[in-house]
Parts: sequence; structure tokens; C-alpha cells
Amino acid sequence: MQMTMIEALNQALALELERDGRVVVLGQDIGVNGGVFRVTEQLQKRFGERRVFDTPLSESGIIGSSVGMAVYGLRPVAEIQFAGFLFLSMSQLVTQAARMRFRSAGTFTCPLVVRAPFGGGVRTPELHSDSLEGVFMQTPGLKVVIPSTPYDAKGLLASAIADPDPVLFLEHIKLYRSFRQETPEEHYTLPLGKAQTVREGGDVSVFAYGAMVQVALAAAKQLPGISVEVIDLRTIWPLDEAAIIASVEKTGRAVIVHEAARAGGVGAEITAIINDHCLYSLLKPVERVTGYDTPYPSPEDEDNYVPSPARVVDAIKRTMEP
Amino acid sequence: MSIQQVDPGMVAYQILDIDGNLVGKMPDLSAERLFALYRSMHLGRAFSNKIIALQRQGRATTFGSLVGQEATAVGLAAPMQAQDWLATTYREIASLLVRGIPPASLIYSFRGFTPPFPKESRCLPIQIVIGTQMLHAVGLGMAAKIAGEPAVAVGVCGDGATSEGDFNEALNFAGVFQAPVVLVIQNNGWAISVPRHRQSAAPTLAARGGGFGVPSVLVDGNDVLAVYDIMQQAIERARAGQGPTLVETLTYRIGSHTTADDATRYRDAAEVESWRAKDPVRRFQRFLMSRDLLTAAQDQQLIAEVEAEINAAVTEAEAMPPPAPDAFFDYTEANLSPRLQEQRADLLRYSKQNKPGRS
Repeated sequence: MQMTMIEALNQALALELERDGRVVVLGQDIGVNGGVFRVTEQLQKRFGERRVFDTPLSESGIIGSSVGMAVYGLRPVAEIQFAGFLFLSMSQLVTQAARMRFRSAGTFTCPLVVRAPFGGGVRTPELHSDSLEGVFMQTPGLKVVIPSTPYDAKGLLASAIADPDPVLFLEHIKLYRSFRQETPEEHYTLPLGKAQTVREGGDVSVFAYGAMVQVALAAAKQLPGISVEVIDLRTIWPLDEAAIIASVEKTGRAVIVHEAARAGGVGAEITAIINDHCLYSLLKPVERVTGYDTPYPSPEDEDNYVPSPARVVDAIKRTMEP
Repeated sequence: MSIQQVDPGMVAYQILDIDGNLVGKMPDLSAERLFALYRSMHLGRAFSNKIIALQRQGRATTFGSLVGQEATAVGLAAPMQAQDWLATTYREIASLLVRGIPPASLIYSFRGFTPPFPKESRCLPIQIVIGTQMLHAVGLGMAAKIAGEPAVAVGVCGDGATSEGDFNEALNFAGVFQAPVVLVIQNNGWAISVPRHRQSAAPTLAARGGGFGVPSVLVDGNDVLAVYDIMQQAIERARAGQGPTLVETLTYRIGSHTTADDATRYRDAAEVESWRAKDPVRRFQRFLMSRDLLTAAQDQQLIAEVEAEINAAVTEAEAMPPPAPDAFFDYTEANLSPRLQEQRADLLRYSKQNKPGRS
């Protein structure tokens, strides 16, 4: 069936609620309203208020109570309405959810999924577009997943809910309804921690995720003379190091594209991985095309901040200079 | 007294006055149960004094004394049932002992390791980030309600934690979801060096419940029978589907915040002395003796037994081998990524070199 990412996520949640009585879905406006983006549409009606419920406007409360529910044995899927508001639940997510297994020497676990929309390009108000994956990459015990297609979103969310540890599942707002894709209606999973090659090539490796996969593909199309490989990371933590290394060993050139700020981010980490494992395969310095090290700008300025195909084209060309 | 009738005003609920005279209605407790409460209070105190002594000898890490707070810690845990959950701070060691966590496991943790508590004790690890555990307790209660199981969760924090957002969010969630949870503020007067009146202008911390629609009670926290009685009612109210309760127990931290703190820098000796006069262990001892439930000889024997139990636990804990140097990787996540496996191998390579330096 042709689905948008919204529909794929909605179906994944419905299937998990159906398959596993331990799954509960909670957050702000996720009940009757079906979520501000409609990801949870009809779920409360179908599965009842006991398993799909609205919470007070209280991010730390949502994550903190979910930690308790997860320890008890439920599988909470909590929505934070926009990733920028994850900061309000930082302590519960970082010091509690991600460390429950560790702090209890394995006695208790925290199989919790936190879903949050993020990303630029749709003219949202302040802190509705920020990309925080770099912050959470430094949170041991927490996985970070960012799908780029409806098919991936559905399979990865099913895996995140089944995972024995907490997963931060970041959904790019611009991808929610931007295209449809053939997606199975039945349950399936896709492995966490595995990248996917979405375009094979031999000259340069472009690493991207979320909405930047489309940007990377658009850039590749504009460079018919260059054989560009595009790899969708899909899981930001743990990174699929084997896939990164194999591709760079093949091409000898690397470009990393993300919307998040550059300093200490995913791009910096991938650059370090390349440095550690395939420095002598490199023909040119690694290029990073990222958001700037400023706050995410006002809506009408965002096109100057979010990496464009033109910036990626230039970065690829730099790696190809003699 | 029923919880709904309590005015969370200025008068703390009491069953025993500071001299151990019965001034309220006795809860329904057998002589054995009364004796067990008394023994648990002694066990907590002996544990605390022992760890501080070990810390002075370099045999234990930083530790926060619980002396003076035994009635609250024991009274809040004793009415709990096996299926109930407890989320505490570092000040409620006596509660954890009541819940059946072996003293040796706790002593091991104060040797500087992370012991697994028995899962069936249903006690979350000792919380360090102030106030966070209150939300965990509420979540545990919400889960029990969702699962339709008759479990109740108890969350405990100090007076300082009531200034944290998580405390307020926990009370709010407890009220909105009518979670089977009892939230306890163990008000010992001090958050390290900051006195109670610097945390809130509210006349009582129990009064905070009203704003969240959560019934609340102010209890004499040095009266083990009062704490037990209120907790018993609050826990069974929650189990019966009547919702959450906020309990503030008025007690006092006789010692410093921890072994790393010196309370004489900021506290009046006279204030400490005034609270020594309200000692919860002596108060209960006087009551038991006045009722012929305890003789001086039994008292001496009990204290000697408790001392021996703690000493045996220290011996046991000190005989426990340290965990393998890379064991903490086991608890980071269920399935280690290739990177973490590499880092683990790296640690092992160096830990062999470090070995002579380890004790």
C-alpha cells in the first residue's frame, strides 16, 4: 500500500498495540486529537484510554512516568511534541531512562521509546525545528534512530518498540507527508544499527539521514560525471561503523550531511571513525555539510541554514578536485 | 483518623508523644510486629553508624547518616506488601532493609560497587538526582493500574526535592491519573546547608498536595506508629483505587548531610540538641517498655544481636570479590555494539596492567 510516513508510523503503532498488550502510547494531544501531526490518529478510539492516553503538558513528567512504567514491565511509547522540548525532559531521559539498566546492575531495564518530531524546512516557530541527535549520541545506554522513508519508519519503529533498551526515535517533520512509498500492511522489522546504501557509487561516499538523504540524492543527480554513493545511516547511535568504513575504503572520499550544528556532532564522529579506520584510503579531506554553529534561525531564514543540494554539490566537487 | 479528614495544617499527626506516651489510637499491630519495627529502627541506626566508622577508616565511600530518621524510614516501608514498589533516595537505607535487601549488598554498594538488589524486593536503585524518583514511583503506580494489578508504589524524597520540577510534575501526574501511589516527603529540616524555610514559603510541604488535588497528611516523622498508621492507610487507599496521597513526615537529620559534609559550619548545636530530645528510637523504646513489650534485658540483647548482624554483614561484604573490571559494560545495554565490544577489550588490556594498583 502507498503510505506517507505519518500513515506508516500510525500503522506501526497500531500493529504493536495489537500484538503486545504491554505497549502503551502517551503524550500531549495524542489521544482524541490523534497527535498534532496525526501520527496517533484513531489509536485511542481503537485501543481505549487505558492504553492510549493524553498527559499533562509536562515533558519531564511524560518521560519520568514512562521510566516507571517501563521498569514495571510495560512498553511505553511516549511522544514529545517537538524534539526541541526534549530539553525539558533531559534529566529523566539521560540520567534515568538511559541508565536504569546500568544503575541497577542489570536488575531493571527501561524498554522505552520516545518519539519526537524534529527538523527544518516547514517554517515552524522557534525550537520546533532543532536537530538534537548529536546531544543524545553522547548518552550511553540510549539508541537514536532517524528514518528517512515511510517503509523504514514503520520497520524501525517496530524494532525500537521491541528493543530491550530505551530508543529515541526522531521523525523529520518535512518527511511526514512529502511523499508516499509502497509499504507492507503487515508487521515487519528493520534492524537497528544498520545503515542502508540508497545509491551505489565508486567515487565519493555521502553519509546522510532524515531529510538530508533526499538532499544528498538531489546533489548526486546534479553530478552525472561523478559516481556518488549515498548511505542513509538510519540509526545515529550506535553508528553502523562497518558500513561507513567499507564505503570510504571503496571510494576514498567522504561527505557528511546533517542539519544539526557542526561542533561535536554526527559529522565530527564519522570523521573520527574514518580517521581511526581508513585514513590511508582517503584521497581528500572529509567534508562536512551541516547546520551552522548558531541557534536554528527564524522561519524565514531557515533556508540559509539547512544544507541545500547546492552546498552538497560543492562539497562533493571539492573532494573530486585533483 | 481518615486521610480525607486531615487538615494538612500545622499540627502533625501523632500517636506517641516525645516521651513515648500513647496520645492517639494504637494501630492494629501484634507484639511481634511492634518488636520487629523497633528492631528495624535499631538495624538502620547500627548500619548507619557502622558505615560512617568504615568510611573514617577508608573502607567505605561517602555515606549520608540516617540517624534521627529511623521512624520515618521504617514506618513508611513496613506496611508495604511484597508486590509493592519503592523508589527512594540515599537517606532511606532503613526502608531498603525492611524491604529485604540484604545488609551485605548495601554495604557492598558503600564499598564503591554497584550491587544488584534482589529483583523481588521491588526497590529501585538508590536515587542520586534529587526528586526524579517521585515520577518513577508515579509511573510504577500508573503501570499497576493499567495492568489491573493490586500493586502500590511508594516514592520518597526530602524537603529539598519539593523545590524540583519533577516533584511537582509527579504530584500532578499522580492526581490526574489517580495513580496508586504514596508520595512521602521526609522533611529532615535541611538540604545540605539550606534550611527548610529557604525551600518554600508554604507553612507545610504537605500543603503542596492541595494544589494538585492530592489528599495530604502531616505526620510526626519521629513517631514510628504515626508514620506506620498513615502509610498503612495511604497504601491501602491507593490499592483500593482511591488514588494517591502525599505524606510529609517531620523529622530531623541529626548528622551531617554526608561524610563529606560538616554540619557544624551552618547549624546551631542547640537546634540539634532539641531534636535529640525527640529521638525516635528512644521514644519507641519507652513506649514498648511502658507496655511491658520490652524489658531492659531484651533491649540489651536486641542491640547486641543487631550489632552482630551488621558486623557479620560487613565481613560478608568485604569478602565479596570486586566485580570483573569490565563488568559495567554488561549493564550499559543488552547487546553491545561492535564499538563497545572493542572498548571493552581495550579496558581489559589496560586493567591487567593496572592490577597491582588495585586493592
